[in-house]
Amino acid sequence: MTDAGCGAVVDDIVITGGTLVDQSGSRRGDVRIRDGRIVEVAESLTVGDERVIDAAGLLVTPGFVDLHTHLREPGMPEAETIESGSRAAALGGYTAVVAMPNTDPTQDSVEVVEWVAARGRAAGWCDVYPSGSITIGRAGRELTPIADLAAVGVRLFTDDGSGVQDDAVMRRALEYAGDLDVRLAQHCEVATLTRGAVMHEGHCCSTLGLPGWPALAEELMVHRDIELVRLTGSSVHLLHLSTARSVELVREAKADGLAVTAEATPHHISLTDERLRGFDAVFKVNPPLRTMADIEAVRDGLIDGTIDAIATDHAPHPRHHKERPLEEAPPGMLGLETALGVARASLECSWEHLVGALSWRPAAIAGVADRHGRPFIAGEPANICVIDPDLQWRVDPAALASRSTNTPFIDIDLTGRVRHTVHDGRVVVADGSAVTR
Amino acid sequence: MTAARRHVRSIDEVGRERIIKLLALTGHMHEINQRPVPKVPALRGRVVCNLFLEDSTRTRLSFDTAAKRLGADTVAFTGSGSSLSKGESLRDTVETLAAMRLDAIVVRHRSAGAPWQIAQWCEAAIVNAGDGRHAHPTQALLDAYTIGRRTGRGADLSGLRVAIVGDIVNSRVARSTTAIASMLGAEVTHVGPSTLLDPRLDVQRCTDLDQIIGDVDVLYMLRMQNERMDAAPVPPGGEYTRRFGLTPERAANIRTDALLMHPGPINHGTEMTVDPSTMPQSAITDQVSYGVAVRMAVLFDLLGTGEMEEES
Repeated sequence: MTDAGCGAVVDDIVITGGTLVDQSGSRRGDVRIRDGRIVEVAESLTVGDERVIDAAGLLVTPGFVDLHTHLREPGMPEAETIESGSRAAALGGYTAVVAMPNTDPTQDSVEVVEWVAARGRAAGWCDVYPSGSITIGRAGRELTPIADLAAVGVRLFTDDGSGVQDDAVMRRALEYAGDLDVRLAQHCEVATLTRGAVMHEGHCCSTLGLPGWPALAEELMVHRDIELVRLTGSSVHLLHLSTARSVELVREAKADGLAVTAEATPHHISLTDERLRGFDAVFKVNPPLRTMADIEAVRDGLIDGTIDAIATDHAPHPRHHKERPLEEAPPGMLGLETALGVARASLECSWEHLVGALSWRPAAIAGVADRHGRPFIAGEPANICVIDPDLQWRVDPAALASRSTNTPFIDIDLTGRVRHTVHDGRVVVADGSAVTR
Repeated sequence: MTAARRHVRSIDEVGRERIIKLLALTGHMHEINQRPVPKVPALRGRVVCNLFLEDSTRTRLSFDTAAKRLGADTVAFTGSGSSLSKGESLRDTVETLAAMRLDAIVVRHRSAGAPWQIAQWCEAAIVNAGDGRHAHPTQALLDAYTIGRRTGRGADLSGLRVAIVGDIVNSRVARSTTAIASMLGAEVTHVGPSTLLDPRLDVQRCTDLDQIIGDVDVLYMLRMQNERMDAAPVPPGGEYTRRFGLTPERAANIRTDALLMHPGPINHGTEMTVDPSTMPQSAITDQVSYGVAVRMAVLFDLLGTGEMEEES
């Protein structure tokens, strides 16, 4: 990042021989990068003394944007740090992440969000955009200084980890935010229906005797927020949708022309609640893994555009926190380094559509579309990802950049892997490895 | 030895063949328990740890007695249940115990699945003495043994009508006893208000006790699990007892050759307003008595070598 005192490391790069994938489709093309920007795009470029990335047989795409990353700092550096989490993001092809606010202290003040943003800049792996919480301390009562936070660059506000339970508070928040260039995002969970819940309320949960998390608890809040958007004329982004009925509700809301967007995680399109049969808390996540019917509905939603974006909900937890009885273990799983491979293995769609769900559509929702998810045109910022589309691989938890190892994807064949990531004109990932400055 | 062979964690995992063997072995253990000195050296030198991380008196005493009657040494580890509150993970606790070279760990935990987690972290044989709302296989074994012995049916319960009444959804006893009764051929019906039944369990359900009470061969009353409830599933006051309690009026409708069972401890005045000790149908004291024999059979099956050795 040139403005972080690292200007000297910006590379002059030519990406050659790849297939460019962006909003306008796929085509053969070389890309020349200088001073952090794309300066030339053509079917074939001459190469001088620049660094060459050989992308023959590979896809060259805009860098990914994760709407939903838990970096755990400040508060729980044993699980993840802004440095380790943003490095994991870069390895996963992300050039921007939205850092969730459930830190300690909460990202509910200018001081905390500026601290997070500064740590992200210092790490330099990708752009770290701190979200702000909707309510102070994520307690669901008083609004945070949304305008002050917006003034220092916060574009997405959420109490993620829990939903805003009080209908009147959520209505006020939507009305207040509607005056400003920001978006509220909701973790949809009616808390009174999920007390002590460990897994999806369904057949598997009944036989295991584990407390159930009913689909209804999500759907009621999805429905409420859609109706609040209808009332207030504001907009809302619905985080990590997991049930078939939620997808249907969003589809109806979009058909009504409401400003509702939604995301789904890689794990909610690939893993069912049956994974809990071994009582391994790595598979405990919130909202929980659901049924095959839900998975198919969420996949359909992603394919038809009802669900705009794939977001990881990357949620690191140290080993000793997951090696607890299911009712005590914290929910959450890693996702940044596996998102592309899981998404590719789970969705039957074009690369343009898939990359859109990982890049330019979440960039628009996050309010960072001026810098991320940009088309391959001279003058655009060089935030780029190079993918081997057919590489089959399996995860080695110990080899992940994350400080934690709670990946649920250890026995799944993944398809497609990020080979190179260019952030702000600098190669931060080369041949699948993070490049230390 | 397969993984499933090394443990007794759920009825389904143990399987029908081994269940029948355990019930036969229970009969042998019960004979030993009738002797003037009810003790054999079958497990001499073996160490059994009772890891009870949820309150329990009866089951813990039952396992302790069973181990000692077989000559095993026992160590006890009790705790409030939440390893989180102590800053120690369950794995840390188990690895500490594993270092003591225990042969078996009898575990009770308030969270479902704890016996499976523990099995990953140590080499000991695991006996599930109750995990959350999930399973309580030794209770199920003693229930099956009690039914088989009192009815003279042995391990063949085919055609017996078993009604389990009360807080099914929160009950590990209901899950495990339903599993074993079904496995041995009985027809199980869950009885209670819909708030206490689970529509996703594969059994018949009935919300009117009076409709079936005169037909059942086994009336199994559950304890109301008040400690596991939120958003109270029944109204306060005596309505539950009026609808589903064993009142003197209902007790008069039970067939004379039927069995009345309860896993204990009884909430007198809630699920029962009669004194079961006055009822000839009651098998409740048999359940307690056979409980020791069942746990002896389970421990011997896991830790014994070959046939039972006789002391004399």
